Amino acid sequence: MNSEGLFVAFCTILDKEVGRFLRIWAQTIVPPAVSMALYFMIFGHLIGPRIGEMGGFTYMQFIAPGLIMMSIINNAYANVVSSFFGAKFQKHLEEMLVAPIPNWIILAGYVGGGVARGLAVGLVVSGIALLFTHLHVRHFLVVIAVVLLTSVLFSLAGLINAIYARKFDDISIIPTFVLTPLIYLGGVFYSINLLPDFWQAVSRANPVLYMVNAFRYGLLGTSDVDVTMALLVITAFVVALTAFALLLLERGTGIKT
Amino acid sequence: MVRPVARPDPSRMINALEIRGLEKTYANGFRALKGIDLHVPNGDFLALLGPNGAGKSTTIGIISSLVRKSAGTVSVFGVDLDQDPQKAKSLLGIVPQELNFSMFETCLDILVHQAGYYGIRRRVALERAERYLMQLGLWEKRNDQSRTLSGGLKRRLMIARALVHEPQMLILDEPTAGVDVELRRSMWSFLLDINNRGTTIVLTTHYLEEAESLCRNIAIIDKGQIIESTSMKSLLAKLNTHTFIMDLDRPYDSLPLVHGYSLHAIDPTTVEVELTKEQDMNELFLKLTESNVRIRSMRNKSNRLEELFIRLVESNKLN
Ligand SMILES: Nc1ncnc2c1ncn2[C@@H]1O[C@H](COP(=O)(O)OP(=O)(O)OP(=O)(O)O)[C@@H](O)[C@H]1O
Ligand SMILES: [Mg+2]
Repeated sequence: MNSEGLFVAFCTILDKEVGRFLRIWAQTIVPPAVSMALYFMIFGHLIGPRIGEMGGFTYMQFIAPGLIMMSIINNAYANVVSSFFGAKFQKHLEEMLVAPIPNWIILAGYVGGGVARGLAVGLVVSGIALLFTHLHVRHFLVVIAVVLLTSVLFSLAGLINAIYARKFDDISIIPTFVLTPLIYLGGVFYSINLLPDFWQAVSRANPVLYMVNAFRYGLLGTSDVDVTMALLVITAFVVALTAFALLLLERGTGIKT
Repeated sequence: MVRPVARPDPSRMINALEIRGLEKTYANGFRALKGIDLHVPNGDFLALLGPNGAGKSTTIGIISSLVRKSAGTVSVFGVDLDQDPQKAKSLLGIVPQELNFSMFETCLDILVHQAGYYGIRRRVALERAERYLMQLGLWEKRNDQSRTLSGGLKRRLMIARALVHEPQMLILDEPTAGVDVELRRSMWSFLLDINNRGTTIVLTTHYLEEAESLCRNIAIIDKGQIIESTSMKSLLAKLNTHTFIMDLDRPYDSLPLVHGYSLHAIDPTTVEVELTKEQDMNELFLKLTESNVRIRSMRNKSNRLEELFIRLVESNKLN
């Protein structure tokens, strides 16, 4: 295919992916909106005033960037893992495999779909956050970069999970046992400065910490980690996972007999 | 005087499909294909026949890049599948044995998306989708989710989808399984029509009548090997006996011995007779009339191709 054909193929996958999560909006957009509203209400509104300030901000303001990031991460991941696994399971992934689409376009299309869902939910959750507190963007480029890189990263992770998955259970194991702990321990609810030195060092091995803090820096201007360092760490993960996902697609792992 | 030499048409000389030494061993160690060679000339209409589990779908899976081969080569219009997979894929249209579209997409979306995967712009894709949905009688259902179609229409949807990028070769894996007689006939005339307009077709089927009335050439695969590959005509010519079933006017306790003819009773009112090419029926009827046996009706025991097919597969079992 020429470059126009490749672009058409990419747009087709993206169109299909966005169409899919919009069609089932009650399963894809509404649940994160509801659970985030509860987080804001309980942690921010009810418990927050008793906690007092964190990192120089009200607790509500402190957790808002973390919660937005959490929903972007969860939804980018969930979109790709369920869509790709569903395509594999229902066999309509074959529609792409028999067509002359290079693997990197398939990858880009699915990742594009995950990013779109991450952004859509991120915007909805930000809207909900604004009902409880005020937020304004301090470092626009940091916000854009960290949101895009993070949603790309977790879309890739979702894709890799879906490639290996053989049954429906396999697509919920990673979110439950890996993703959720990483997010909860990634500084969404607290500043790692509260932790003893040892656990601070351990926390620094958690990639989510860099995303949450870089995003918090973009919105509030405060961060537990160096922001340039954070962006570099996320980029390195994106590069590594892209290479790995392409390798798996090229090998046909979990897809071709 | 020098006669002008007829120039061979190069597009006619390249085989639409060329398979050499194709082998497949599945992960569980099962050898599904044991070295297949197959050549399908450009413009051909080939039936790939074989009993259940012979390896037809495996072969088609390899051609469509869904199954990895263990050895051998496949080329499509001279394009090797390993060397230029993108090019080879664009020449092929595949109708798989099992339904493999998204059950929640509409018929129109399925076709337009499929075209998109081949890099066809939306405007052109919509025109094509309209044309093929119309031709396959699915236009009314274009906005229905595919899961709401009947089984026969689902099969047609897969044919429409395989054509949307206008491939030069169409491979269909049991396209008429579970399709009613009327729909099947209209599918036949549709396939003959696109074949006449130049599309090479390879088809697998268990309805041998279908193969006989559609296909020019035939290949029979059994236990992962091609056991016959020839033209339909010469295959049928191989068959030198013909079995008929005769219904008698009333039950007979015993049949008269008719010299030179092998008759045997299936039940008191039904007789089976095997005729060789050299024998004629007049003599048989004469002798039966002399013995006061009256025949009410007569029919072919089965489709001729079916008989041959069974014999070939049976003899392969003995080897
Ligand atoms: N994924 C697989 N793993 C192991 N064996 C397989 C696999 N797929 C097919 N086979 C085996 O390979 C053989 C050939 O299967 P194939 O589907 O190619 O047969 P077929 O000729 O299409 O049969 P049918 O007429 O029933 O569709 C069968 O014995 C089948 O059990
Ligand atoms: Mg089959």
